[in-house]
Order: sequence, then structure tokens, then C-alpha cells
Amino acid sequence: MILVAGGSVLTSEGIIATDVAIDDGFIVAVGAIDPGTAEVIDARGCWVGPGLVDLHVHLREPGQEWKEDIASGSRAAASGGFTALVAMPNTLPAIDAGHRAGFVAEQGRKAGICHVAPAGAITLDRRGVELAHLDELWEAGVRLFTDDGDTVADAGMLRRAMEYLAGRDCVLAQHAEDPGLGAGGHMHEGAVSSRLGIRGLPALAEETIVARDLALVRLTGAAYHVQHASTTGTVALIRQAKAEGLPVTAEVTPHHLMLDHSEVESMDPDFKMYPPLRTTEDVAELRRALIDGTIDAVATDHAPHADHEQEVPFEEAPRGVIGLETALAATLTATGLDQTTLFQRMSTTPAAIARFADHGLPLVVGGPANIVVIDPSATWVPDRFVSRSQNSPFRGRKLTGSVVATVFEGTVTHGPAS
Amino acid sequence: MRHLLTIEGVTRPELEDLLDLSDEFLNVLDRDIPKVPTLLGATVATMFFEPSTRTRLSFERAARALSADVLSFSPGTSSVTKGESLKDTALTLKAMGADLMVVRHPATGAAHRVSRWADLPVVNGGDGAHQHPTQALLDAFTLRRHFGKLDGLRVGIVGDIRHSRVARSDLQAFSTLGATVTLVAPPTLLPLDTTGWPCDTATELDGVIGDLDVVYLLRIQSERGGVSGFTSLPEYVRRFGLDDRRFRLLRDDAVIMHPGPMNRGVEIAPHIADHPRTLILDQVRNGVAARMAVLFRLMTPEARR
Repeated sequence: MILVAGGSVLTSEGIIATDVAIDDGFIVAVGAIDPGTAEVIDARGCWVGPGLVDLHVHLREPGQEWKEDIASGSRAAASGGFTALVAMPNTLPAIDAGHRAGFVAEQGRKAGICHVAPAGAITLDRRGVELAHLDELWEAGVRLFTDDGDTVADAGMLRRAMEYLAGRDCVLAQHAEDPGLGAGGHMHEGAVSSRLGIRGLPALAEETIVARDLALVRLTGAAYHVQHASTTGTVALIRQAKAEGLPVTAEVTPHHLMLDHSEVESMDPDFKMYPPLRTTEDVAELRRALIDGTIDAVATDHAPHADHEQEVPFEEAPRGVIGLETALAATLTATGLDQTTLFQRMSTTPAAIARFADHGLPLVVGGPANIVVIDPSATWVPDRFVSRSQNSPFRGRKLTGSVVATVFEGTVTHGPAS
Repeated sequence: MRHLLTIEGVTRPELEDLLDLSDEFLNVLDRDIPKVPTLLGATVATMFFEPSTRTRLSFERAARALSADVLSFSPGTSSVTKGESLKDTALTLKAMGADLMVVRHPATGAAHRVSRWADLPVVNGGDGAHQHPTQALLDAFTLRRHFGKLDGLRVGIVGDIRHSRVARSDLQAFSTLGATVTLVAPPTLLPLDTTGWPCDTATELDGVIGDLDVVYLLRIQSERGGVSGFTSLPEYVRRFGLDDRRFRLLRDDAVIMHPGPMNRGVEIAPHIADHPRTLILDQVRNGVAARMAVLFRLMTPEARR
């Protein structure tokens, strides 16, 4: 038996200061419990709730295992407090057919450190030319479809995918970046890019795609999810779509909540990602939108790249940064979310968007033991990461909030006893 | 000053110190034996990841005039084609004994990155559309020699500003030294956001040319997408080319500059390029002295400020 003792626990009755007992993969008691011979996780001063859920990670397997693989990414996730992940399909080969989705899920099960759900590509090989094997992917358990990394730029193609999937319990997610407006861009188009002489991606490259996609949602009724929303204009579009009652959700990354485009003045590839870091005004608006629920979820867009791939000039560097191990702390540091809202944005709502039955649930007797223990006031400075790659924009930056322990299916995957 | 990576943030006294040194080295270059032993035994490495003739030759000439040895690297004849990284190339040249590195690269920040990896002084010989600080020095030096000072000079930089590291560097050096700078280009070739830049912008040359002391012409950077900024070359020539009609609009004492390489018949009419009012060859000659000044400042510890 494992006993999580003395924490502030998110239960179906709200937040209660109490203990949680875990045995054989399930929560067996919530209340004052005699530790007896149990393995005790001291949760005094901590928030206890359902394990975090990340809608957006790149685990690089199959095809680029020198950057990360499903096991190493799972370990990084556990140390960041996550118990469930949605793995993006831009692997080599892309996850565009049932057996490929099955491989990712199986590797996740073998690693056994967190639940790894494959996302499926919308188009074959993510090329935007023909639809992927959507039915096969669905049968293999895929509930989130995306060409992430690239945009489904052809509105006719996206319409067809939406029509095909509209009747099913799943969501189409878009990496919104108009290939014309964004062509050749490496950072946010604005004052900093102009001064550095680096070609920019305008905010409009994201907003025009989101606006167009929302029109397709009105037409088809398909559930639609905006990946890594990064601009004030995107937030306004999502707000309006939700007011209209459209089946729309959105995520934001911790780095977009915390950092702005002035970081690129360092010309360090650890600040290169798509969408790029935007303005301070965008950062402020994203924080507001996450707090008020216009943006539903925090997702990391964890995108590992090896050191030697980063040892190049900014414009030549690959896209993306890691985020699993700093997500909780960066989000808390940027937004100061309370316990209830934090678990909604980082566990309950993303679990609902991903259609995860066993994650994001309040802790109740008989429920699955997928649990995280968070010290909301601990400060730390990230330095080395469990992830196989180290390309973090948060290295050396003081963050508030740390993960004390993670429990996945009743086993401690991170923490004092792991 | 440990490196020279950008003109941004270089102060007026620092610039004037380098221009004063350039004057001294120009005298050296006028001697019968145009060489001093200042850097005897030191090695200057030039790493040029972009096709370049004048800048590389100018740096190498400057190094030799100071009696330094030169290690010359270019990717066409090297292991870069075999997949070697910028970092490994830099560390390799350092291991061969380089004491200072001049880096030119098509990507912004390349010299900046090298300065973090290799523990030696680095001079940015041009990075993408970002900075080309020694060009700014030699241009400021050329203007100071011609006009005596830059204070009050009205300089128009004309052409593909958006893709130009020369424009970004020159406007900062010129304005720091007291000149007034106007960037002149079609809207598609102006930088997208010039808020806070020490300059004005104009989208027509005819409206400003009569007020200028200096017309600084730039080449269209086709390798960085400059040609997509207008609909046809003849149209660009008609609106921004320095032809006979526009030449007659110039003030009598105005001068014409160009960083090279020139495209005669595009930004400048072929015969105007040879007119005595151009300082184009002075720029080339002064460039050697200005680069000697930079090498001297960065490589002689007792002289370093």
C-alpha cells in the first residue's frame, strides 16, 4: 500500500485536507488513514490530484530515437507530474495508419511509465495531399487527429476530414500556420525580427488559419482543437467561437505563457519554436485566457532535439523545445493558478479533450491511482533534464512549483520512493 | 571590447577611437613598405560560409599588413560539405592556432554563436541580414575623411533595406556619429517594424534625393528574397535607380557610396558608377585600414579598452 499523507486533496467533494491510500492500482481509501506498513509519501503543504495530462508531446519514436524515445519521454513526463500523454504523429514514418498507431501505444505500454496515446495524422504522411487511414486509426484507438508540425493548409482537405470524422467521438487538432504568410519565418514578425534581420512569422499566419477552420467547424460540426494558441487574435477567435457554442477547445504552452520574442535576441536556438514566442501583450492575453477558461488546457509541445543539432545559428536550428519537466512550474510561475483551476487546465480538461477515461478524475475510492503530488511553493532552477534532450528555454530560470511525486496505475513513477 | 559582433550599442567614443586608429593605419598603407610588425606571430582565421571576395580579401590584407598570419576557411573546399557543424569548424580552426576569427555566415547570429563556443575574439564579417560592423566602420571612416565629420550629414540609404546587414549596421554607426539617416525603399523592401530606429523612412527616392549629402546605394539581395519585393527589375530601376535625371537632382557636394558588389544598370547607371563624386573605391581602400584598426584593438591586450 502507498499512503499519500497530509495533502490538500482534490476529491469529488472539492478540496479536502486528508490522506489517500493506494493499493493494486486503485485508490482504496480517502480520509484519515493509519500508515501502518504503507510506503508514505509526505504531502504536507502539497496539492494532491489527478496526474497531469499533456495533449501535445513529440516522443520521436519511431525514427528519431537519438532525440527521445517513448520510454525516455515517459520518464521525463513522470518527473514532470504527467500520467498521460498524446504523442504527435510527426514521426518517421508518420502515424497515418492503424498499425503505426498500434506500435506507439504498445511501446508506451511496454515502458509502463505513463499512458501514451498516439495521435493520428489527418493526411497521408502529413503531406496534405490525401487523407490518412482515418478509419484504421480510429479503430486503433486514436481520438485526436492532427498533422502537427504542419498545417492542413488545403481547406477542402480539412473539410473532408472533418466531415468524415464529425459523427465520431474524436477531435481534429490544427497546428495553425498559413504556409504563405509564414513562409521562411523563424521567429515572431515584429520589432525584434526586424532588428535581427530574421524573417518573421506574423500573428496573422496563425489567426487566418484559425478563422478559416472555425468556418469549417460551423459547416461540419466537427470537434476542433487549436494547438499551441499564441496570439491575442487567436484568443479572440476562440472566445467568439465558444460564445457561439461551437465545439472548440484550445491549448497553450508554458513557454508562450512565460516568455516573449525578446528572448530571441540571445540568438539561442532554445528559444526557437513554432508558433514562435510572441509579444508581451500576447503573453498577458494568453495568461488571462487560460485563467478565464477561454483556453482550456496547458500542453507542452515537448519537442526534443539533440545538443549537436542545436549547435548551429538560430535560423538553421530545428523547431521546438522540451517542456515536460518544467510545464507545471512554468505554468504556476506565469499564472499563479489556484489548485482547482490548475488541475482543470492541466489534467481534467485535457483528459476530456483526449477522451481519456482513467485520467483527470477527482480522487475517489475505487478510482484509478493516477496521481500527482505538487509542492506549489517550492522554488527551483532547472539545469539538467531527464529527457534525452536538453533544449529547454527555462534552463537557469527560477521557477515556483515542483512535482513531489507521480503515481501511475498505482506505481510511483517519480518521487521520494521511486 | 572583446569581440566586434554588432554596431548596436557601440558608443561614440569607441567608434571614434576605431576611426582614429583607422587614420593611423591608412598612413601605414601609404608607406613604401605598407606593413607594420604589430601582430607578428599572431594568426587571424577567416571563416566565410558565404561567397565573398572583397570582405575576405580586405580582412586578409589587413591581417598581413599587421604582419599576422592568415588561416583561410571556406566551405566549398572543406569538411562542411561533409556535414561538419559550425561549432566543430570553429573549434578546429582554434586548435590550429587561430588567435582571432572573422566569421561570415548567411544566418543571423552565426558570429555571435561562435563567440560563445570558441574562447577567442570574434569579428562578425556579416551575418545574414543582421549586422556587418566592419562595413559600418569603413563607411563612417570614409565619410569622416571626406566631410571631416558626420555630424549634421544627411544620409539616404537606398534599396533592399529589409535584407541588408549593411543598412542595419550603417544606420546605427552613422546616427551614433551625428548623421541623420533616411531609409529609402519600396514598402516591400523596408523592414517591417522600424519603431525606435534612429532613422526616417521614405518610399520614393525623388522626394528626398535633393536633400541628401550622401546617397548610399544597396544591391538587391536576390539570395535573400529581395527580388520578390518588386514586380520587375526595370520597374525598380525606374523608381530607385540612380540615373542621369536623379543625379542632376543631387546637391553639388553630395557623394555616392556603395558597399559592393555593384550591379551596374540596376541601382546605379553604369557611367555614374565611375563618376568622381562616387566614393566607392575609397570605401574599398579605407576598408583595409578600418579592419586593421579592429584587429589591432581586439588582438593587442595592452590596447584593448
